[in-house]
Amino acid sequence: MAILHTVNKSPFEKNSLDACVRLAVKGASVLMIEDGVYGAMKGTNKSDVVTGAMGDVSFYVLGPDLKARGIGEDKLIDGIKVVDYSGFVKLTVENDKVQAWL
Amino acid sequence: MSETKKFMYVNRKAPYGTIYAWESLEVVLIGAAFEQDVSLAFIDDGVYQIVKGQNTTELGIKNFSPTYSALGDYDINKIYVEKESLEARGLTVDDLLHLTWEDENEDWAEKDSIKVVSSSELKTLLDDSDVLLNF
Repeated sequence: MAILHTVNKSPFEKNSLDACVRLAVKGASVLMIEDGVYGAMKGTNKSDVVTGAMGDVSFYVLGPDLKARGIGEDKLIDGIKVVDYSGFVKLTVENDKVQAWL
Repeated sequence: MSETKKFMYVNRKAPYGTIYAWESLEVVLIGAAFEQDVSLAFIDDGVYQIVKGQNTTELGIKNFSPTYSALGDYDINKIYVEKESLEARGLTVDDLLHLTWEDENEDWAEKDSIKVVSSSELKTLLDDSDVLLNF
């Protein structure tokens, strides 16, 4: 039963990303949206949360939310895939359910 | 009533995820009309508010980041950014908007408004303020 996890909070303000990574099974997908996209940046105090889980789960980030916040794709942790709104929909239908880490 | 107070606006939230950042900017601009001594501090996720290159076209909401550039015209030129907050987020001053003001005492020379300060410098600035407004 594949789960798509969404994280919409900054990892510096809430522990949503930590909780998500801690409780996602191998093979799960994690999509960072809204303020959650700050978790996709490399070279931060929180980058290890994503890089440490990269072998087990697939990470995605919503492009329009990156652009709104001035985050270029060159600032992202290697291996995170950027998706647009239709990619978001695709991930939703490809998985059996969605867990939103608010 | 001509007493001037030192106002410090403390910004700690990322833009767009909540309304705090925009509300703060609106209050700063309204408050600018009262000719007080105004400073802004960007701490924690607040530093994300002034990251350059923001483009909200695909979100369908207003990109208010260009408005920060107007602060200099309202004589708001003391913009403090906490160094530790930038570093924790992998950011440097080069990732931020270039905010300037013109110094009328020096033939309108253009000067930088943003000053990156350490936590220990910032705590003194907060302590020296008369009024703290938190967003």
